[in-house]
Amino acid sequence: MLSKGLKRKREEEEEKEEGLSVDSWWLDQSHPAVSQTPPAAASSSLFDLSVLKLHHSLRQSEPDLRHLVLVVNTLRRIQASMEPATALPPVPTPPTAPSVADSLLASSDAGLSASMASLLEDLNHIEDLNQVPEPQADEGPPGRSVGGVPANLGALDLLGPATGCLLDDGLEGLFEDIDTSMYDSELWVPASEGLKPGPENGLAKEQTPELDEAELDYLMDVLVGTQALERPPGPGR
Amino acid sequence: MPSHRMPSEADVISTVEFNHTGELLATGDKGGRVVIFQREPESKNTPHSQGEYDVYSTFQSHEPEFDYLKSLEIEEKINKIKWLPQQNAAHSLLSTNDKTIKLWKITERDKRPEGYNLKDEEGKLKDLSTVTSLQVPVLKPMDLMVEVSPRRIFANGHTYHINSISVNSDCETYMSADDLRINLWHLAITDRSFNIVDIKPANMEDLTEVITASEFHPHHCNLFVYSSSKGSLRLCDMRAAALCDKHSKLFEEPEDPSNRSFFSEIISSVSDVKFSHSGRYMLTRDYLTVKVWDLNMEARPIETYQVHDYLRSKLCSLYESDCIFDKFECAWNGSDSVIMTGAYNNFFRMFDRNTKRDVTLEASRESSKPRAVLKPRRVCVGGKRRRDDISVDSLDFTKKILHTAWHPAENIIAIAATNNLYIFQDKVNSDMH
Repeated sequence: MLSKGLKRKREEEEEKEEGLSVDSWWLDQSHPAVSQTPPAAASSSLFDLSVLKLHHSLRQSEPDLRHLVLVVNTLRRIQASMEPATALPPVPTPPTAPSVADSLLASSDAGLSASMASLLEDLNHIEDLNQVPEPQADEGPPGRSVGGVPANLGALDLLGPATGCLLDDGLEGLFEDIDTSMYDSELWVPASEGLKPGPENGLAKEQTPELDEAELDYLMDVLVGTQALERPPGPGR
Repeated sequence: MPSHRMPSEADVISTVEFNHTGELLATGDKGGRVVIFQREPESKNTPHSQGEYDVYSTFQSHEPEFDYLKSLEIEEKINKIKWLPQQNAAHSLLSTNDKTIKLWKITERDKRPEGYNLKDEEGKLKDLSTVTSLQVPVLKPMDLMVEVSPRRIFANGHTYHINSISVNSDCETYMSADDLRINLWHLAITDRSFNIVDIKPANMEDLTEVITASEFHPHHCNLFVYSSSKGSLRLCDMRAAALCDKHSKLFEEPEDPSNRSFFSEIISSVSDVKFSHSGRYMLTRDYLTVKVWDLNMEARPIETYQVHDYLRSKLCSLYESDCIFDKFECAWNGSDSVIMTGAYNNFFRMFDRNTKRDVTLEASRESSKPRAVLKPRRVCVGGKRRRDDISVDSLDFTKKILHTAWHPAENIIAIAATNNLYIFQDKVNSDMH
């Protein structure tokens, strides 16, 4: 597994001596990068910009993973820099050699971290959900047909209770943007139940009006992986 | 192209690649088309057409697909083209979009049989009672016809978006890389591939790094390199283990503390990696620099060249516009003495490794007429400004040269400027200053 460590510092001895001051370079006014940018206001607007980018990235039907990862990592850096310096834990001793990024994460806002973590975890669930079972499980990808990230899912999860404060519009405003194609897709159509098969295959659009709130919740739970897929309830439950 | 026609998005060139002799040049575009150019042989009769490239063949490689399960459209854009070494009269190339790789065979037909006994000239069956004697059909010359046919389709190998393909020096296998995995294929087998790199974490919430490019070593069929979004290179040996998650060598330059910013990681992300023809070096491109690495030294690159350092103070606005995520390619010349990469404003840069001189040139209709000499350009960053200098603030960031290619042996370069292809020949070295 690739380490997610930070790059080696040019002067590792320097780092040990100076301790915190190297890790919190953004607070050092004599640092050229810092002196060039007005601190708090810039960080805050950069933070907002990054969150916007993250949302935009997730709303793509198939997010560019590289873009997503780079924005998330940058967001973590910016967010960590907005924490007061005293909140940073002391630099750990070399034998454990954790990355600075880890210590930043530990001190960062738990809510945002948890949301970002959970939205990335959704990438996991969706791939598993869609995975076509293959005869040779040990072999590589052939036979595995899928992957990709239904963006709406991640977005919805990010906008959970913990991070409601990040957004201007309430949760209600979100639901206007939901892509209902997930609910319409053939995956959710029960095998029987006396439903009329439509003339075209699959897209059960005629069933949508019959999906009530309970079924919607059930489907959402399956999608976020908190509930295993079982035979869905029939209409008019 | 007529000047009044608006360039369509589908015509944007997305990849450029010379074949191994340089006789053919292939381009792929966003519309899924491949156009192959062929170099005309030099002849005394037409001295002005010495070795110019003309269109040889055009075909539709990939079509847009719709994945009904995920409600996703799969783009037909050609991400990469790689030529196979020529083994017979036919030419072969691999072309790939985000998900599917295809092997195409290009053949020429310049003769056709005539004098069939049972069919007439138009192919209609003859009335047998009119046939009184037998003749042997003969091959007669005809106008050259280039035929392209798909020979293999390598599908369902990738969950994420394919960013690279690379043909092995063994000419039997090739690899394809997406954001998180690299697969090894046999050119004759389409229903399975072998996964050789997998950096997908057990929990996607731990994902902090993706694969950005990969390439086989030009001579050692067991070695390949892949680059990451964190700016590192990993050289892997397929003999060491079946799953090459443990690299043989890790090439990484320590972060420069004086240049640190919120965007350090983004600008360190490697967008392209190319082995030198000799196989001794690697060339990488990140947002602001190109670097030459010696395979024997992992600690740092042996050479670093600034492509457009004047952008360093503008990273914030480049982040805002997403330009900071642009992926530029890089190229070696045939002798590994000059390296080239694209930039903004339709500029491209060349660095002579021996003389340490560099030049900025522009690919545009206005500044280059056929057979005219390219004029070196300069970007000024304030201070004294010469007459033809461009100021940083007037650079056009929509005109990006992401894809460039260098002829394997001669000083001929192909530059893709959005939907236009420029081919420049010779006279390159004299412009270095």
